[in-house]
Amino acid sequence: MILTSDDVDDIIRILDSSFYDELRIKTDTFDLYLRRSPAGWTQETHTLSPPHMIGEAGAEAAPTIAAAKAAEPVEAEIDGVTAVRTPMGGAFYRAPKPGAPPFVEVGDEVGEHTVIGIIETMKLMNSISAGVVGTVIEIRVPDGRLVEAEQVLMRIRRSGA
Amino acid sequence: MNIRRVFIANRGEIAVRIIRACRSLGVETVVAASEADLDAVPARLADRTICIGPPRSSDSYLNVEAIVEAAVRTKADAIHPGYGFLSENVRLARACRARGLVFIGPSEANLEAVGDKLRARRHAVEAGLPLAAGGPVDSTGQAMALAERIGWPLLVKAVGGGGGRGLKLVSEPSRLAETVELAKAEAGAAFADSRVYLERFVASGRHVEVQIVGDGESVIHLGDRDCSVQRRYQKLVEEAPAPCLPERARSGMRQAAVAFGRHLKYLGLGTVEFLYDRNREEFYFLEMNARIQVEHPVTEAITGLDLVAEQIAIAEGRTLRLAQEDIRFEGCAIECRLNAEDWTRDFRPTPGRIEAAVFPAGPNVRVDTHIEAGSSVPPFYDSLLAKIIVRAAQRGDAVDRMKSALSACDVRGVSTNRDMHLALLDDAEFAAGGVDTAYFNRFLERRGSAPSAARNPL
Repeated sequence: MILTSDDVDDIIRILDSSFYDELRIKTDTFDLYLRRSPAGWTQETHTLSPPHMIGEAGAEAAPTIAAAKAAEPVEAEIDGVTAVRTPMGGAFYRAPKPGAPPFVEVGDEVGEHTVIGIIETMKLMNSISAGVVGTVIEIRVPDGRLVEAEQVLMRIRRSGA
Repeated sequence: MNIRRVFIANRGEIAVRIIRACRSLGVETVVAASEADLDAVPARLADRTICIGPPRSSDSYLNVEAIVEAAVRTKADAIHPGYGFLSENVRLARACRARGLVFIGPSEANLEAVGDKLRARRHAVEAGLPLAAGGPVDSTGQAMALAERIGWPLLVKAVGGGGGRGLKLVSEPSRLAETVELAKAEAGAAFADSRVYLERFVASGRHVEVQIVGDGESVIHLGDRDCSVQRRYQKLVEEAPAPCLPERARSGMRQAAVAFGRHLKYLGLGTVEFLYDRNREEFYFLEMNARIQVEHPVTEAITGLDLVAEQIAIAEGRTLRLAQEDIRFEGCAIECRLNAEDWTRDFRPTPGRIEAAVFPAGPNVRVDTHIEAGSSVPPFYDSLLAKIIVRAAQRGDAVDRMKSALSACDVRGVSTNRDMHLALLDDAEFAAGGVDTAYFNRFLERRGSAPSAARNPL
């Protein structure tokens, strides 16, 4: 990535007039792999230089979602109880907007299409439905918390179960 | 003054793009990184990286105080805000001035003039630009009188909205009052600004925009772009020049954009957006974007300019080094936005980790990206992975070149919309050129994957 796009073009022009089908250039700071494919030349780059961090901040890793997931207990399947999982990672919101009452509380009856929360992923708001008819018995994730795909958000006791 | 060190208050591919421009100018870079981006490619490429806060944008890339503090601390001369985030934020521009930093962007007066849509409309009228019939509304009675003058259907737009947010279509008079009331309530909640205005609805419109650059006195244009291929107001494909446009309309829009820039005494790089009515063959001023745009590479491809370098030169206080007659347009350029989304599942975003990232290379192909094998695609930011840009003498050849370039793309670990782009490039209507903003939904319907109802709150 220290090479400019013009540099890469020049290298490819040279390769074009050669018998070579691939070229790897590796330095301390980058690794560039060029290859001739049926659709033309392709490039793969690895930036090898580490970040030059300023200040003490950043020494600690980001509070990753993975940590939250690791802490999650192994889910024992309980008869008649459905775990509502998020199909995607993101931020979980229990209410339609800050300050508004939550979509559902423990003890609420829900239907298949009842919205139980919102997952904000990549600037898009995705509503999450209960998926089953029943009663909310546990809310696993607090408002505003980051979740990973397939993480359990709530548990619902199915009606008639 | 000479800018020696630029602080980049952004992330992703535009941070990489700015680093590259600075490097070619011999300018040092410090990149701001949230905790989610400390190991990302921009952080590895920049001369220095500083953590500005937690992953969420509101705690990091949108935090004016944290950014200005970090820029001062790292002894930067100037802040480049990129696009999105704080790029058009007058508070950041003011804070820069207060701390002796150069804001690489328009003047505070420019930002204020175009940041408010009603004010921008007034400036456009003063500069003699054509506007779609419409105007602000307060009372229901006044709205009805205005609506009758505009004609049906019409749009109710929130002054604070944008990018498709805060927009409602009204087809019949009986629905006007309730729609205006609802729009005001929603706009108040979403944008803390309940003002709305009415505007004529153009049944078949194209999004055509003109790139301008000014030094506060002189203003020139760098040609037009077409960004009509959009899904829910998010652009997917952009091209320069706008294809299949009558010359009268093209030169009209270019002149109007320059007139608007001169009226504002515009400083720096900006884009004047127009709605081109395909049926009436007329154009209307929509708004101005006071920043570098995602799609700037298609303009660079046909003009040979480096727009970030031009931004920096103007921020250094130089006068325009280009005259209108120096600008030459050669060939056609197309850009496809490669996004981390699953287009077969209602465009669901797919954050994750990149396992492989193979991109096309070679003359007339450009890839602007911040991802490589091992990169993380965090769920906190937009889904743009890479921009693939191609250039050719003729539009048809550019379309073919883009097909090859996309075929050479192989990104693994997350779903991408690559195959959607390939299908689109094969679509006869796109190939013919000059599609309207309703085209993308028609394309999806033809393919039998009709879009589901909008889920966005507004």
